[in-house]
Amino acid sequence: MTTTARPYVGTALDRVEGMEKVTGRARYAYEHSPDELAYAVPVQASIARGEVRAIDVQAALTIPGVIAIIWHRNAPRLAPADNAELSVLQSARVAYRGQYIAVAVAETLQAAGEAARSLSVDYAGEPHDTELRADHPGLYRPEKVNAGYPTDSEHGDPDAAMEAAPIRVDATYSTPAEHNNPMEPHATVARWDADGLTLYDSTQGASAVRATLAALFTMPPANVRVIASHVGGGFGSKGQPLAPVVLAALAAKHVTRPVKLAVPRQQMFAVTGYRTPTIQRVRLGADVDGRLTAIVHEAIEQCSTIREFAEQTTTPTRIMYAAPNRRTTHRVVKLDVPTPSWMRAPGEAPGMFALESAMDELAIACGIDPVELRVRNEPDADPESGEPFSSRNLVACLREGARRFGWADRDPTPGARLVGRTLIGTGVAASTYPAYRSPSQASARLEPDGRYTVRIAATDIGTGARTVLTQIAADALRTSPDRVTVEIGDSALPPATLAGGSMGTASWGTAVVRACEALREQVSRSGDLPSAGLEAAADTKEEIGAQERFSRHAFGAQFAEVGVDVDTGEARVLRLLGVFAAGRIVNPKTARSQFIGGMTMGLSTALFEESLMDREFGDYLNRDLAQYHVAACADVRDIEAVWIEEDDPHLNPMGTKGIGEIGIVGTAAAIANAVHHATGIRIRDLPIRLDKLLR
Amino acid sequence: MTDMLLSINGDEYPVVVDTRETLLDTLRERLDLTGAKKGCDHGQCGACTVLVDGRRVKSCLTLTVTLDDREITTVEGLADGDRPHPLQAAFIAHDAFQCGYCTPGQLCSAVGMLAEAAAGWPSVVTEDVCAEPVLDEEEIRERMSGNLCRCGAYVNIVAAIGEVAR
Ligand code: FES
Ligand code: FES
Repeated sequence: MTTTARPYVGTALDRVEGMEKVTGRARYAYEHSPDELAYAVPVQASIARGEVRAIDVQAALTIPGVIAIIWHRNAPRLAPADNAELSVLQSARVAYRGQYIAVAVAETLQAAGEAARSLSVDYAGEPHDTELRADHPGLYRPEKVNAGYPTDSEHGDPDAAMEAAPIRVDATYSTPAEHNNPMEPHATVARWDADGLTLYDSTQGASAVRATLAALFTMPPANVRVIASHVGGGFGSKGQPLAPVVLAALAAKHVTRPVKLAVPRQQMFAVTGYRTPTIQRVRLGADVDGRLTAIVHEAIEQCSTIREFAEQTTTPTRIMYAAPNRRTTHRVVKLDVPTPSWMRAPGEAPGMFALESAMDELAIACGIDPVELRVRNEPDADPESGEPFSSRNLVACLREGARRFGWADRDPTPGARLVGRTLIGTGVAASTYPAYRSPSQASARLEPDGRYTVRIAATDIGTGARTVLTQIAADALRTSPDRVTVEIGDSALPPATLAGGSMGTASWGTAVVRACEALREQVSRSGDLPSAGLEAAADTKEEIGAQERFSRHAFGAQFAEVGVDVDTGEARVLRLLGVFAAGRIVNPKTARSQFIGGMTMGLSTALFEESLMDREFGDYLNRDLAQYHVAACADVRDIEAVWIEEDDPHLNPMGTKGIGEIGIVGTAAAIANAVHHATGIRIRDLPIRLDKLLR
Repeated sequence: MTDMLLSINGDEYPVVVDTRETLLDTLRERLDLTGAKKGCDHGQCGACTVLVDGRRVKSCLTLTVTLDDREITTVEGLADGDRPHPLQAAFIAHDAFQCGYCTPGQLCSAVGMLAEAAAGWPSVVTEDVCAEPVLDEEEIRERMSGNLCRCGAYVNIVAAIGEVAR
């Protein structure tokens, strides 16, 4: 396959919907208001396990404006679902505190809110278990982990190699539960009519929501339409339909009126997914030159009792470094907790915190520079599958980063640089993320006026998808972006994969290129343009099914400088540099934003983010943005992201790898390594709170 | 329910509002002015920031019935007809947003912040509280920290505001 390098791919086009977003004209899901609208406010279980025996709805129904209280006794029936999270109000069972048990529908938001608060619920509570422990007797080996990876892998004899290794690192790292918290809460406007169901939904994938909701309500997919023109972030939490969208559709069906439902911020901590906490043991064995002989990475994580979600925490370790003896495992325990799900780089983000912290510990144990240690363990091919890498430029990223950051003169001694009352340190870590691609369809149309319209049910959750697809289409059509309109965010368009797994541009772009190529062929065949215009379509299923076998991954290196206040223990990130190798960059402006956005979230993970489980009551204690801290403007000082151009012919027609997630991978390790360099204190459990640094 | 006349972006809106209703809900649900966003409804994110008599307020913490005789400006009122406000243009040029959901709040907040600085108000990072504040990056970051951006566009937001402040 050859990749296309043409005039518009590679240029810094401003976001095509920029003006709509800065003027407030861009409409997000909740901002659609069909006639006869009613408001829905969901009600959450206040026990962690048991049954809802009864709900007294009398008081609520006397509130002026209240239309209905829906719970499992009177809710419309749904078809059984593989994902029990979707079987909303279908049974009396409560599987976790915060699960939806009812919904109040009223003429106004105020009346619905009051009704929701006035319900009195009679529960039959049962003892619950919400604590993830490394010695939990319920830990088991899932059949597979997320994204279809094998649960475990083993090569050689890692135990014997560990035993024989002259240099060893054996450490346990932990990461807390973290909540995605996109700025736009999950929201749906649901409307039923003679044609079926229309949803304005805040989702990363309209086609998937359509398929799921059609099945739940036993309708052909053609009778469901999902519109998601603008989405206020998702970071994985809007990647698949969850309880809120089902509840909105169900409420609208029950009251036979359009219904609006936005998940209140506090409820998002139970019903919209989160990153599982992890406990990870990493063992590295090396010779005195720092060459790895054994790598063992074992992860423990949690899921709910109603849906298995096993995060692929140790999968990046399978491809990062060469070593003849290796093992990676995942064990999960089902607890009475909310169901974890995707959060930006699920697996890679917590997994690489552990691995890249351990590599730093190994560098110190061997007395080798941490950049050099990584370079020394660079594999020739994928260390587990043996497949060649389609391209791999980790070493180039490390070298370029070291040069830009001024790494060369670094004194490795920890705790040795006091400036005023601040200890200064620097750290490095590697980043990686797989380059996935999923089948999608697209159509391209030459309009009678000579303009082009490209259609695909892609979603722009802030990634810049609309903009880069416009550039890709312009090049494929040999025209300029201002003559191309890209329509996305609607399940009525040709079906496409979701905005997730950093695979949007690669997947949608392939379909768009193929549709545009087919259109150009038609145009050249037809001579004169028919008055109705010309249209062509493409489906990439076969092309992607037939792709060559390669190990496809993006890589990067992150460098951090931190300052730790010796009196308060407060850690601040003074500088953060990311160097990435992610194939061809379609739009340097939006790509830089993606990288920096990921790194900013990584900084936030390193220093602030932590959802604390209340074992007594079985729910997350911090349930709003005052208590769940995310990085604010003043926390983010000097962040820069640059990249190394890759010309990789084994990816897709554009030559792109995904860039939405790699920015968050490795950041926390780089910062923790810098904190160690600054203070001599190794933080193995995130976040790096000041109480952990006060001695 | 209460009858009142709201003045928003220079236009008058006669409305009947629930006394429990916030300005944010009045704007979004009654007047179809959906530019101001609801991120938390608790004064914790800044997505709902609007200007009341030129000062930035969180509209989710402001009861509409308190706004008789006040001049409200939302993101829809920042541009001069088709000419975007310099901050709006700078946000596009610097790619100071991704999903755009925090953006209306960031923009209104920045307008209010620039006015505060012009009026000589110091911030917690101002060295000399008696001198005219100089809006360097540190000052902008501090003064804009009431507006969260989960997409992590802060460095570009600071650059965009810095360009307009100079
Ligand atoms: S919605 Fe008002 S501050 Fe968050
Ligand atoms: S641009 Fe998405 S939250 Fe700021």
